[in-house]
Amino acid sequence: MTAVSAHDDHAHADHDHHGPAKGWTRWVYTTNHKDIGAMYMWFSFAMFLLGGFFAMIIRAELFQPGLQLVQPEFFNQMTTMHGLIMVFGAVMPAFVGLANYMIPVMIGAPDMALPRLNNMSFWILPFAFLLLVSTLFMPGGGPNFGWTFYAPLSTTYGPPSTVFFILSMHIMGISSIAGAINIIVTIWNMRAPGMDWMKMPLFVWTWLITAFLLIMVMPVLAAVITMMLLDIAGGTSFFNAAGGGSPILFQHLFWFFGHPEVYIMILPAFGIVSAIIPAFSRKKLFGYASMVYATAAIAILSFFVWAHHMFTVGIPFVGQMFFMIATMIIAVPTGVKVFNWIATMFRGSITFEVPMLFSIAFVVLFTIGGFSGLMLAIAPADFQYHDTYFVVAHFHYVLVPGAVFSIMAGVYYWLPKWTGHMFHEGLAKTHFWLSFIAVNITFFPQHFVGLAGMPRRIPDYPLQFANFNMISSMGAFLFGLSQLLFLFIVVKCVISGKKAEAKPWEGAEGLEWDLPSPMPYHTFEKPPVIK
Amino acid sequence: MLNRLRFRSLTTAVVFIAVGLLSGLASAEWQVNMTRGVTEISNDVYNLHMLIFIICCVIGVLVFGVMFYAMWAHRKSRGAVAETWDQNHKLEVVWTVIPLLILLGMAVPATITLAKIYADDPQADVTVMIEGYQWRWRYTYIDDSGEAPVSFFSSMSTPRESIANVVDKPENYLLEVDNALYLPTDRSIRFLITANDVIHSWWVPAFAVKKDAVPGIINTANTFILEEGTYRGMCAELCGRDHAFMPIVVEAVSPEAFDDWMSEQRAEAVALAELTSKEWTLDELSTRGQQVYNTFCAACHQTSGQGIPGVFPSMIGSPKVVGLPDETIDVLVNGVRGTAMQAFGNQLSDVDLAAVATYIRNSWGNNMGDVIEPMDVINFKAGL
Repeated sequence: MTAVSAHDDHAHADHDHHGPAKGWTRWVYTTNHKDIGAMYMWFSFAMFLLGGFFAMIIRAELFQPGLQLVQPEFFNQMTTMHGLIMVFGAVMPAFVGLANYMIPVMIGAPDMALPRLNNMSFWILPFAFLLLVSTLFMPGGGPNFGWTFYAPLSTTYGPPSTVFFILSMHIMGISSIAGAINIIVTIWNMRAPGMDWMKMPLFVWTWLITAFLLIMVMPVLAAVITMMLLDIAGGTSFFNAAGGGSPILFQHLFWFFGHPEVYIMILPAFGIVSAIIPAFSRKKLFGYASMVYATAAIAILSFFVWAHHMFTVGIPFVGQMFFMIATMIIAVPTGVKVFNWIATMFRGSITFEVPMLFSIAFVVLFTIGGFSGLMLAIAPADFQYHDTYFVVAHFHYVLVPGAVFSIMAGVYYWLPKWTGHMFHEGLAKTHFWLSFIAVNITFFPQHFVGLAGMPRRIPDYPLQFANFNMISSMGAFLFGLSQLLFLFIVVKCVISGKKAEAKPWEGAEGLEWDLPSPMPYHTFEKPPVIK
Repeated sequence: MLNRLRFRSLTTAVVFIAVGLLSGLASAEWQVNMTRGVTEISNDVYNLHMLIFIICCVIGVLVFGVMFYAMWAHRKSRGAVAETWDQNHKLEVVWTVIPLLILLGMAVPATITLAKIYADDPQADVTVMIEGYQWRWRYTYIDDSGEAPVSFFSSMSTPRESIANVVDKPENYLLEVDNALYLPTDRSIRFLITANDVIHSWWVPAFAVKKDAVPGIINTANTFILEEGTYRGMCAELCGRDHAFMPIVVEAVSPEAFDDWMSEQRAEAVALAELTSKEWTLDELSTRGQQVYNTFCAACHQTSGQGIPGVFPSMIGSPKVVGLPDETIDVLVNGVRGTAMQAFGNQLSDVDLAAVATYIRNSWGNNMGDVIEPMDVINFKAGL
């Protein structure tokens, strides 16, 4: 894919009033996809540190058996907040930020299709999280029922602040849906001439599919929290057995949202590493078409497997079998993706720059998370794994070295393009190795305590789990500290550093590399022609 | 000098042996895998788990092997030149079909085991109703003998001081209860599982039984224990602040010992009925009430009765405590809506309710001096 974009530069020379506004209004009123993308990512990083801080409280309490630092009520608030902030505040906005920043550039569009909506999608998020975090200071404390907020614990026994939690979830949902609509419309309508569906970069493809998942499942979340609100304040009994409702209904609705949600948090990651692995292998992505089909297959299958989160609630045998087999089948398209990445590397000319290191770690550790996921899919065995630390280990392997590492890979990959500077290679490699080692020290032992019988979400545990928990906590502190180095590297790169060329990575492909580094504030006002 | 040396080497040897023994004892602390358990199903599940684990390991070694080979052999620094192919349909079909076949190979044994687990037996020899409460379990043996069913609560017996690191932690820290569930070996057992307030999950790893206890729904599970012993588990579903503190202890005994135990329990139930009708003194009730209070109330209201300001109200001088006797009984029996105060009316016996009411009305400077008899509680419940 090559593009003719030379006209883009002189198109700019005589339109200097198109530059960014000065001062704070630039950021508040901006409709520029690059500004909004950057804000999403800074917001996401702030949330990553906050959610990480809550995780440190959890791991500090679990460092030894007994209650040392916090009381169980507060511990439950921390687990809930950690989950909610990491899912809705850190991982999702980071991907949305990358989408905002990169999708218009990747498809040769001047901006997102609905720039004003884009501004709103971002700016309502800080308010949602301000509201969510403020619940911690309310009487009775913040939400304390886990990120899955199962009824009736949340509806009948939750703190009074639960209604504020619901409101903040609604705002987040609106933000996600608006963002998703914007992304779909942009990709659908604003591709440069010649950018056929099957020529789109895989990151664009994965985001298109993710955006469809978002607009299909976020309304389900909105519905379920509205029903909660009615149960709490409206006298209804959707989830109250005594009033004729069913607590299981809550779980079906929640997981009909929740399972596709976990793919929302991983599909864009597939797109990022599918850009990076070919770049540093100096070889085209193997099996582009099957990558697209596999992504679509995973997305479709994700709607048919929600009840594997509910194997122990007592669903009938046939249901159990259906959900078990449907879940196992997801391993096939996911396997295809992993094999394709490896085939891309095979007989390439591989170098190990930092984005590539994170991508390789992604492939290996995400696959390990996939294996434990396959084990969890086996319903009879799941009776032993369910709600233990084995599950915690599984989803942290797919979310931390999966989603989070891919985001970091993406940030390092495009950072020279965004800032016009190269980042400090040595520091970035240190960041990678510290993160890689720490993430394994943290989460690998959790498989062991889970299999040995340690339930999730307990602030205190029997003595037999003490050793591995201590190791896990030490890994967590190391991982947390390493991320401050990441902050330093990024800030340093924004301020200074070696000047980056238009295409700092030898094997990189895509329209973004035809633009100078940093990219002009407005790009592709005249669409490039894709040959 | 020589003696001292000998003495030293002797102590060293003793220390070494002791460390060896301790590390043997402590080996459970490094447990990395599931337990095999003591039922046929738990063995099947263990084997299934190992089968899938091994398949995953083999696939992992192959896939990562190829990947690391490529990283080593096809490095640019080694002079590798990238090839230009990016498609191979045959290969892509192969790595779609082979995983499908492997999955089929996993699905067959998994389905067989699943079917075994689902083979419910309503005619089981022993039927136990399990109810989850915040934060204890209630066990009721259901039979058609016509006698009053044996029923009791099972609460964690690890002292709070131990959790707060004030006193040493016992060997079975957080895994010990006041009343264990007794089950016979070599007899079929059926569990009926439900909950009173929020969702809990009853899990004993040694039986491979984990079933959610959901309010308004009765789930069933079956087991058949092959070996006598003490088996421990914990609640596996987040159920509120004391989620970590509702362990499950099962004493699996021989069928004969089980029958004896059941007879004893029935006799005790009769004795309890007699206790209810007898006239109690203030001292008797206070002593019994203190035990009940420490088990059920002290977690929130503290042993000092002072509660936790802003979270759990103090018992000292509280209008509900020093008001009319019926107000105290009302709070205990019906709970307080919208707060963490549960309705204990069905959780505690009438004797225990009367005892704890008497205790709190006459402790920590509350000097009501009156005695609440079990009959008062019974009358209150009857609306008299």
